[in-house]
This record gives sequence, C-alpha cells and structure tokens, in this order.
Amino acid sequence: MISLTRICREFTVGDERVAALRDVDLEIGSGEYVAVMGPSGSGKSTLLNMIGLLDRPDSGSYLLEGEDMTSLSGSQQAALRRHKIGFVFQFFHLVPRMSAAENVELPMILAGIDSGERRRRVGETLEAFGIGNRARHRPDQLSGGQRQRVAIARAVIMQPRVLLADEPTGNLDRVSGGEVIDILEDLNRSGITLIMVTHDPELGKRAGRRIRMVDGRIESDS
Amino acid sequence: MRQRDLIRLSLGSLVDQRMRSFLTILGIAVGIASVVLLTSIGEGVRRFMLSEFTQFGTNLIGINPGKTSTVGVSGAIINNVRPLSIADEEALRQIPGVIDTVSVVQGNAPVEWRQRSRRTNILGTGPAASTVWQIRVARGRFLPADDQRAARALVVLGSKVASELFREVSPLGQVVRIGGERYRVVGVMESKGQMLGFDLDDAVYIPTARAMGLFNQESLMEIDLLYQAGLQSKTVADQARRMLIARHGAEDFTITTQEEMLDVLGSVLDIVTLAVGGLGAISLLVGGVGIMTIMTIAVTERTPEVGLLRAIGAGRGQILQLFIGEAVVLAAIGGFCGLVAGAGGAWLLGALVPELPTHTPWEYALYAEILAAAIGLLAGVLPARHAAGLDPIEALRAE
Repeated sequence: MISLTRICREFTVGDERVAALRDVDLEIGSGEYVAVMGPSGSGKSTLLNMIGLLDRPDSGSYLLEGEDMTSLSGSQQAALRRHKIGFVFQFFHLVPRMSAAENVELPMILAGIDSGERRRRVGETLEAFGIGNRARHRPDQLSGGQRQRVAIARAVIMQPRVLLADEPTGNLDRVSGGEVIDILEDLNRSGITLIMVTHDPELGKRAGRRIRMVDGRIESDS
Repeated sequence: MRQRDLIRLSLGSLVDQRMRSFLTILGIAVGIASVVLLTSIGEGVRRFMLSEFTQFGTNLIGINPGKTSTVGVSGAIINNVRPLSIADEEALRQIPGVIDTVSVVQGNAPVEWRQRSRRTNILGTGPAASTVWQIRVARGRFLPADDQRAARALVVLGSKVASELFREVSPLGQVVRIGGERYRVVGVMESKGQMLGFDLDDAVYIPTARAMGLFNQESLMEIDLLYQAGLQSKTVADQARRMLIARHGAEDFTITTQEEMLDVLGSVLDIVTLAVGGLGAISLLVGGVGIMTIMTIAVTERTPEVGLLRAIGAGRGQILQLFIGEAVVLAAIGGFCGLVAGAGGAWLLGALVPELPTHTPWEYALYAEILAAAIGLLAGVLPARHAAGLDPIEALRAE
C-alpha cells in the first residue's frame, strides 16, 4: 500500500545541511499497525510527514496504493490528504474557537460535503468515540483525553485508508493515553492502516511491526 | 468548500475576536459613511446649483461684448471692441425663432424715497425681462414697451427694496430718486430669492437706455435671447453670430448658450462631487489599512491552525479563500453599516439644515459598497497569500 524507495530528505539548519532521511526503503501493507520509534532527531516525524504528503522527498519515489506521489501537484496532494490520510498530533491541534463537533466537521467542509450529511457523520463518530455528550463543548472545556478523541474523530471522519499518529499519547496521562490507544487499535482492527510515532517502548510492543530509526536510517524493522 | 461554509467560518472567527472585528468594521464604516455623506452633499449642491441656473428658463442665449481669447494684449490698451447697442438688440430680435430679447446694463446706485435711502443693484433692462427671466410681478406691472431709446422714467422695485423703502405704504405711483433722477414706481416684483449670492429681490429695474445714461455706459453689458422651445441652441446662436459679425465687421462679442453654461457648470460640479468623494475615499483607504493590519495579525496568531488545515486536506487556494473571505466579510459589514450611517446622516442633515441640500445618489452608494468589498479583497490578499504560502510542517510547529 505504501512503498518508499531510496527516500532522501535534507534540511538546512543554520549553515548546516542535516539529513533527516537517508535512503529510506519501506513497504507497509494495507491494514498494518506500525510503530515508528527512535531517538529525537532520528527522522521519525519527517518520515511520517513524508507519508502524509506534508513533505516532499529530495529524491526517491513514494507510491501510495500504486500511485506515484512525488509527481503530484500541491492541490492534488491536498485532495489526497483530505480523502486518504488522517493525522493525529501530540498537541491535538484543535481549533480553539470551534466546538468539538465543528472541529470534527472541518475536513468535510473542506471537501464540500453538504451540511445534512456532515451533521449525521459527526454525530455518529462522536457517539462511537464516547464523546457524543461533549459535541457542543469547546476544546478548553474538554480533558486531554477527550480532546485527543475529538482529534481522532476528525482524522477518520473522511474514512481515510491511512492514519498517521505523531506521539498521540505524548501529552496525556496514562489512563487517557491508554483509552486513546484503544481507540486507535480498534480503528486498525476495522481495517485502517495505522502508523504511529512513539517514544514509549510499552506502546511500541503493542504494534504488529516496529521500525527503529537512527540518524535518518531504518535501523531495525521487526 | 461551499460559499455558505466559507462565510460561516469567516463569521465564526470574526465573532471570536469581537472587539477587534468591531473596531476594524468601524474603520471601514467611517470611510464608507464619509464617502456616502460627502457625495450626498456634493450631489445635493450640484442639483441646487443647476436648478438655480435654470430658474430663468433654459432656452436662453447670452451675448456679451468683447471676445474671450487667449491671444493678444488686454483690451484696455488697444480697444477695438465695438459696443453692443440697442440697435444690435433690435436686429437680433428679427432672427426667426427668437421670441424676445432683453438688453442688460447693471450698476449700483442709491434709491431714495423721502428720508429713506438704500444702495442697491440697478438693472437696466428691456420690457421683456419679466417674461424672459421668468420673474413675475407681484403688484402693478413691469416696464412698458416704450420706444427703447426714449423710455419714460419708470421703475419696478424688487420685493426687498419695496419693503425696505416703503414698509407698509404702497409704492405704486410713488416717485423715487435713483442716482439723483426721478422715477415713478409702476410695479413690485415677486420675491425670487438669491441666486449664487446675488439677491434678486434687492434690485430695481429701469429701462435700459436710462441705465446707460445713469452709469455713463456706451455699451450694453449683455443681450439675452429667448428662443422657441425645441430649437437647437446652436442654430440660433450661429444666426446671432453671423448677424452681429455682419454688423460689427468682426467677432468682438461672446455668445454663451444656456446649454453650454450648464455643461460647463455640470462638469465643474461633477468634479466637486468627485473631489469630496475622494476626500471620503481617503478615510476608506485608512479603513482598508486597518483590515490589512488585523488580517496580518490574525494570520500570525493562527499559523498552527493554518498548518492543521493543510494537514487535513486544505489546499493553498482554500487557505487563501478563508482569509480573504474574512477580510471581505469585515469590509462588507463595515460597508453596510457605513452606508446606513452615511445615508442616514445625509437625510438628517437635509432635515435639520434645509439650506444645505443633500441627495444620496444610490448608484454611488452601490459603488461605495462594491468599493468596500474590493478594499477588503485587496487588504486581505497580502496576509492571505502569506498564510497560503506557509509551510504546513513549520506552521504546525509554531504553537
């Protein structure tokens, strides 16, 4: 489903060129549960952004469901992010002035789905994630765990094929972190491809596949 | 993204920053209000001036001695201008289509009756002045159609002169002294009010030839031709020109048709309206700068939001739309408030100060609204382009 071949990506930090990804080769099948681990600065997030079409490789090729991603235009990539990819962030990234329901609705607004359909899907999804009674609350009225559940609801509302989670529990206490992981794993069991960056070895163990990155290279893959 | 959702999202973020949005809207509203108010006053003045000028009728042609030209020396040194004479006037009256003519000599002299004296305008005119200028006689009659060269010493008083000199006494048949000569009052004019500061009621009318003698003038100051409605002013003017050239041997006079005058006046007044509108537009510009400032701040503050929107599938175009949308909504609301305030202000001004005529030209108001939206668009473009150009990964990290 996801096929990276000899992906390189360099950044300029100050005067220095820093290689974030060096010749990364990676195949991820549909429905896999992958944990990406490694020290900070090892290129985990860059890899995730690359897969999520937020970043472009300097060289190498990236096929998503057999399609070449590197040659796509910006707006084509945006359309793919809208329909095939969901993002979950460490810091939730909810829009503070909008209610939980409005936050979840956002991707569908961008996709131009009509409001009746939007309301139906938002209601269903929030209910499924156990935050149906929080729909009208704004992010600052929600607990951390609830916020992350809203963020996950937003990530999957367009029924994407891939869910990318960058330290989804990094900002949560153990209990709500566990709840969030349960939700993500449920989603994975129902067929979504889950790729999660994490520092937590406990979490890593739960994944079907663990990738360890060091200095922009994949060191181990099991 | 749908139009409705775009507006809803824009309103959402504007409501979130109520105070800031209110102040920005206020800026645009003041700009639009001043444009509407000032153009209303300009248009009102325009209409007022045009009606002032047409109150004497529109089928008039004025002829003055001397030729306005940009070449040569002042007529005071080499004066080859022949005077306009009463004979000229009588010749002009023969032109087909000319209904009547009025010769004019104007001066200033005291008018005395018993112990009272008033310095006032003396208008030496022909007997047709009342009909040609559309000034009615309130009491008595206007100057009779005497032989113009040997007119009797009769006078018609303007309403103000009559009331100032005679108070309750009826002036008809009384004898007044004008510049030392005795004149018998035969009529009093209706009040006509002022025209551009010239008080038509503070004047007296005496036969032309007498005024020429009184002020020691060789030439008439003006001959007015009243021509039949429906005729081209140019045709009549051309005939008058040819006739006078034949009589004078050269074109040493100036012919002004009412139409030309109204054209010139109209274009001058258009410029006045435009100029005051331009003054208003400056404050509109300031309002636009306000929008730009606020949008720039908003983009900076909401950088992480931009990153998020990009991550969940917003293209650069959509980010552009969102921020421009906000700017346009701000400007449009401001424009509408300004329109209401400006038109309301103009109406109130017209009601409270009737001397200051106002008229809100609604097509201008529409332009103002479109202008406001355009300013919003322009002011929004730069910040919105900045937002759309942000790198999504950097933007997400900007918390």
